[in-house]
Amino acid sequence: MTPVDKAHILVNKIQDNFRHDVISTVVFRGEVTHIIEKNALKAVCNFLKDDNDLRMNCLVDVAGVDYSPSSPRFEVVYHLYSISKKHRLRLKVKVGEGEGVPSVTGIWSGADWPEREAYDMFGIVFEGHPNLKRIYMPEEWEGHPLRKDYPLRGYKDRYNPYGVEKE
Amino acid sequence: MTENNDLITTKEFTLHMGPQHPSTHGVLHLVLEMQGETILKAEPDIGYLHRGTEKIAENLLYHQFVPYTDRLDYMSAMSNNLAYVMAVEKLMGLEIPERAKYIRVIAAELSRIAGHLLCIGAWALDLGAMTILLYAMREREVVLDIFEQLCGARMTLSYLRVGGVRYEFTRECKESVERLLELFPARFDEYDAILTGNRVWLDRNKGVGVLSGQEAIDLGLSGPALRASGVKWDIRKDEPYLIYDRFDFDVPIGANGDCYDRYIVRFAEIRQAMRIITQALKDMPDGPFAVDMPQIVPPPKPDVYKNMEALIHHFKYVSHGFKCPKGEVYSSIESPKGELGVYIVSDGGEKPWRLKIRAPSFMNLQTINAMSKGRYLADVIAIVSSLDPVFGECDK
Repeated sequence: MTPVDKAHILVNKIQDNFRHDVISTVVFRGEVTHIIEKNALKAVCNFLKDDNDLRMNCLVDVAGVDYSPSSPRFEVVYHLYSISKKHRLRLKVKVGEGEGVPSVTGIWSGADWPEREAYDMFGIVFEGHPNLKRIYMPEEWEGHPLRKDYPLRGYKDRYNPYGVEKE
Repeated sequence: MTENNDLITTKEFTLHMGPQHPSTHGVLHLVLEMQGETILKAEPDIGYLHRGTEKIAENLLYHQFVPYTDRLDYMSAMSNNLAYVMAVEKLMGLEIPERAKYIRVIAAELSRIAGHLLCIGAWALDLGAMTILLYAMREREVVLDIFEQLCGARMTLSYLRVGGVRYEFTRECKESVERLLELFPARFDEYDAILTGNRVWLDRNKGVGVLSGQEAIDLGLSGPALRASGVKWDIRKDEPYLIYDRFDFDVPIGANGDCYDRYIVRFAEIRQAMRIITQALKDMPDGPFAVDMPQIVPPPKPDVYKNMEALIHHFKYVSHGFKCPKGEVYSSIESPKGELGVYIVSDGGEKPWRLKIRAPSFMNLQTINAMSKGRYLADVIAIVSSLDPVFGECDK
């Protein structure tokens, strides 16, 4: 199968089956990205995993991105791969501040840690996650370090004299 | 009799292994729920080495971030360099010279040998066979000497750069690699003789930490550990990057998915890496080792002192860097630990808006609970070693 055909399947299969849930589709450098409605995330993921042409059995990564100051502020990015079909796909959902996203841990158990990481770094809540707590930072840590408004050197306290003064 | 049994029934307790424990390969903190000697649940607690690499990347020029990637998987820095520069090149749509591709392949495969050697050496040490560590270190030294010849550094290499490599792969380097190719096969046979048939080694690894292929994929396992479970997935074969499609090499897989298979797969991979290096060395063409684009690869330093244009390019490179087009890419390589991916979101500026590293050690560690449930405490040592986590990478 040529790369063009592959991209064709990845674009059309989702667009045809989830006409109302796909907000937009981008193909950049041969990578297909679908931005989908948050409510449809689980349905789309289940479809991707089970469909015979797609077979996305491997969740490669879950990443948060902070687009502040635009609204909705965050995006959660899912990188998927199919070991049998050898193709990749990227799914994105938009999330506002304080909103939740359905967790995909029920579909791929490997989503556990990367979702915890996105929660730790951005404060995005994954609804239905079995063990949603911080993964890198200490449990009592305040703030979410990868947010754009979090200072690079952190906040000033007794351990961090070079941090920014808290307002 | 029942009364007696009640007496010897042990109660559940929690055991903290690490973060300062010699066989956790760094700062892994495992919280083990134990019933006597049996593990009920193993929960890794990570983050002791978290340095905010992704946050740092958002505040650096694209070319300034390369040295930070060395500090991720510091056992095989070339692979990290490669994953990062390939992502930036993909974002820019940049094609690098042929020679640079060959040099990169050799560098990455040498790095794989160094990484796997340390993995096997430290693993054997943890299980009581100290000799292998000393042997592995001796061999690793040969690889590190080549790196030193290549770029002056031994661990934190920063040899690869966006647009090619930093220094020429000289004739002396070539000779050193040839010497390595001659020297190593006999040495690996020694390893084989000591470990592969060793009774203690077999007893401690065979049937320990078994994970089926299906489970492993579901948990996000990748790399040699996944292949040991019988899943034939190697990014070098399935989505060939650089010039891996031109080389003839096999992807070793295991059958049982236990620690022993993970050892066998790693060991076979070292031998395959040697095959790749041999072919790459033979076919390497002449030509430039970096693209001729002064805004991405600044002119050599002696020119900067003599030539006005060169001075300007150098100044612009250091002070402003270069811009990447708006968009987002994900690029991944088969690193010694597994799939190492870099996801870059660019807003069109000279710094990434967001850079996410998909660290194989991080994803692989998730499987520890599934592997060690119901096993003995001593097996955890073998299981952790067989996953080969490196905490620079896992904790980012």
